[in-house]
Amino acid sequence: MTIKARLTGAFLAAVLSTTALNGAFAADDTIKVGILHSLSGTMAISETTLKDAMLMLIEEQNKKGGLLGKKLEAVVVDPASDWPLFAEKARELVSVDKVSAVFGCWTSVSRKSVLPVFEETNSILFYPVQYEGEESQRNVFYTGAAPNQQAIPAVDYLMENEGVERWVLAGTDYVYPRTTNKILEAYLIAKGVAPEDIMINYTPFGHSDWQTIVSDIKGFGAAGKKTAVVSTINGDANVPFYKELGNQGVKAEDIPVVAFSVGEEELAGLDTAPLVGHLAAWNYFQSVDNPANAEFIKTWKAYTKNDKRVTNDPMEAHYIGFNMWLKAVEKAGTTDTDAVLDAMIGVSVPNLSGGYSTMMPNHHITKPVLIGEIQADGQFETVWETPGLVVGDEWSDYLADSKDLISDWRAPMSCGNFNVATGKCGGKGS
Amino acid sequence: MLTRLAYRSFQSLLVTFCLLITVFATDLRAQDDLRAMVDALGEGSFAKTVEQVEALARTGDPKIVPALEALAAGDLYQRNSDKQVFLTRTAGGTLTLVDPLTGEEVGTEAASALTKIRVNNSLRRAVRTALGGLTLMSPDAGVRLQAAQTMLRSPSADALEQVETALAAETNANVKPVLERARAAALLVSDRPDDEKKAAVAVIGNAGGQDALSLLSAALASADDNLRPDIEAAISSIKERQALWSVGQNVWYGLSLGSVLLLAAIGLAITFGVMGIINMAHGEMVMLGAYTTFVVQEVIRTSFPGLFDWSLAIALPLAFLVTGAVGLAIERGVIRFLYGRPLETLLATWGISLILQQAVRSIFGPTNREVGNPSWMSGAFELGGLTVTWNRLWIIVFALAVFTALLFLLKKTPMGLQMRAVTQNRRMASSMGIRTPWVDALTFALGSGIAGIAGVALSQIDNVSPNLGQGYIIDSFMVVVFGGVGNLWGTLVGAFTLGILNKFLEPYAGAVLGKILVLVLIILFIQKRPRGLFALKGRAVEA
Repeated sequence: MTIKARLTGAFLAAVLSTTALNGAFAADDTIKVGILHSLSGTMAISETTLKDAMLMLIEEQNKKGGLLGKKLEAVVVDPASDWPLFAEKARELVSVDKVSAVFGCWTSVSRKSVLPVFEETNSILFYPVQYEGEESQRNVFYTGAAPNQQAIPAVDYLMENEGVERWVLAGTDYVYPRTTNKILEAYLIAKGVAPEDIMINYTPFGHSDWQTIVSDIKGFGAAGKKTAVVSTINGDANVPFYKELGNQGVKAEDIPVVAFSVGEEELAGLDTAPLVGHLAAWNYFQSVDNPANAEFIKTWKAYTKNDKRVTNDPMEAHYIGFNMWLKAVEKAGTTDTDAVLDAMIGVSVPNLSGGYSTMMPNHHITKPVLIGEIQADGQFETVWETPGLVVGDEWSDYLADSKDLISDWRAPMSCGNFNVATGKCGGKGS
Repeated sequence: MLTRLAYRSFQSLLVTFCLLITVFATDLRAQDDLRAMVDALGEGSFAKTVEQVEALARTGDPKIVPALEALAAGDLYQRNSDKQVFLTRTAGGTLTLVDPLTGEEVGTEAASALTKIRVNNSLRRAVRTALGGLTLMSPDAGVRLQAAQTMLRSPSADALEQVETALAAETNANVKPVLERARAAALLVSDRPDDEKKAAVAVIGNAGGQDALSLLSAALASADDNLRPDIEAAISSIKERQALWSVGQNVWYGLSLGSVLLLAAIGLAITFGVMGIINMAHGEMVMLGAYTTFVVQEVIRTSFPGLFDWSLAIALPLAFLVTGAVGLAIERGVIRFLYGRPLETLLATWGISLILQQAVRSIFGPTNREVGNPSWMSGAFELGGLTVTWNRLWIIVFALAVFTALLFLLKKTPMGLQMRAVTQNRRMASSMGIRTPWVDALTFALGSGIAGIAGVALSQIDNVSPNLGQGYIIDSFMVVVFGGVGNLWGTLVGAFTLGILNKFLEPYAGAVLGKILVLVLIILFIQKRPRGLFALKGRAVEA
């Protein structure tokens, strides 16, 4: 009986805390910001960090006096890694809580499921994660990397600096890896790589038995040509993958693995000593040495009260997106969606890698691309970076059905998929 | 006379002294040169540093070995003030500087006064090759073996003579064959005559394995017509041998996957198989076991670092107790009110699984936790053409040990007898004086405890995150249903059959389709034999 009573108590406490989060302190003189990240379910592992990062940014901004003379107020909802629930929660944020902008989503499928909501209710979403491109929406700002800001420079690096001639494209079986690999395959073939020198491999979400695949990779690499693995393996599956690589003795000097979804956060669950030298391509690393980043890391560690917490690339994307939104609202003098959408384009704010990022007319931003090698302490060390900033390219130039499309959301054109061949707005995608 | 003698001895003394000075001075100058070369490591781009490493390697001076090793490990720093390069050891916030050539400590500096010399993969490769060349003549046979393996993996024509000198001096029976292969590999990329190269192809071809295949394929690209047939023949013979071994490799991988499935399912074989409870919280018991391992390792890391290799042995009983206790609480608190109502049990246990997940998420955070592999579970060894990783080997052994222990418990102990009696005929057992509610609770606790120790093993190969259990719950049910509900042997055979089947399908169908095919096959199988591989027979089943 006591256990029953205790369970009821725990349940009540849980209910109470969610109501508290849901904005029990609603007041009229605040500007509300929605945070749409999974706090439970499979994606909680990555998205909870982003929720915390957003809360920290909002708290810091309030210390500086808020926005337009008002305090900012965070409204946190939990879409529980459930894609349809993302759409419901997004609608709740916009229609019930009347938030001025939403920061959220991680997986592409969750973003796709909320797109119609933001379009219909005409509100703003900031999406902070690297993704497969092939999309440009009026109501969405993409602050993560497009394929040309991550995947293609990484492949170029391996080709030029490591002399790689044989490629394994390994990914989790869903839209981001499939589209990215399609773009990469087209790019590699355009660069003169023979189709038999490309091996493509997909695995289910959360795949944990990598023995066969790692030994296949070793076999593929024994053809006398320098081989590299381009990994779009997502989230949880990475830990067993890297453990198997380490155990089977696949050294970075022989077969380097370059990953697009492995950051500081993912490495925190791993002993990285056997992985030193494997690579990742991002637009930000915690190890980037400049005052803005040092300040950000310090604030983050103080906010989480944990000296071991790491920062990562999607956090930087939220940092950029949030500051851009602040600037645009100040410029527009209102949080009204249409005014902010107009004010956003061209806004330029400092990023954490020592430069400035600018919002382009295609709703993507400019970023530097960094290639880092894993170190024994779980951090990355930058071994190469693009000489300047790279503009996000939403419609890939290497895919036949999107190479003629461009996106420009400024007044006369106002189109996310303008076909330069036919001269009309419309074509593939939305 | 005396003076003359004195004069002569003085003369010889002087000569010796002068000689000594010259020797000393040249030695000093060599030392200075080396020092300058080591200092030059701190300048310029990665490509420049690679050249410097190669230049250092050409000196052939074993004194630079520590500096190169430190460079590869990222322990080589440049002092900002005078651009000198030092080895470093961290001591608190400061770094202890060590002279790279003499190994003497020279002082300490704050970390900010030094710049780390950065390394990338091509630099690491250059260091590895350089070290290989420098340590070929080392007095330690283990070091020589490693050097020979390095030379084999990155052959270069320049190193051929070095390898040949080392080979002539080599007496150790373990090192010699590797050196012979290294010589053959270097010979293939040199401009020696073709008949020597043919012999080299034979040496490498006989050795076999992936390294040999890689060397020969590379050689094939640049071979002339005279040599080509030899290389092609050697490659095809290696491939034939590998095809045979790959069957063995698949069986091994299958056994290994099967042992993981067995571990995950064996606890469920008790709670679901023997007791008939559809226990959706089973995966979370596995997760709790893994988190117990994490906590144990964390305590050991902070308080008793020497015990790290024992961490799993310490975690095993603790995980059993923790998850067993949680299981007991769940049975007493929830499940006992729901016996005979399978749908409600399903929903209730599913709810419990969500509560446990979120509780762990709140306590330990949503991110992965690092559980380290003890040294005896890291790495791999070669067995013929098979690569056997230690952690997989130990998990197979462990799964079989758990299975045997459980079988013994059920068949040979009074508690096992009571469990079987209660599940087969509850009322009869009750009439014989068995306290059936307690037996139920203990059986459930046992199943949960076993799931917990499975978690200890799985923490070695998978993520330790709140989602750990979800990945295994479906597979566990599949194994138990396929093997036959209520039969431990069925679970054993079912797990290994599914493991091996999966691994034979995977190379052809890919991991995604392979999994789907296995699922379809199980569904078809269940249509034919609804009670699984080893069906229980008798009146208890009909009841």
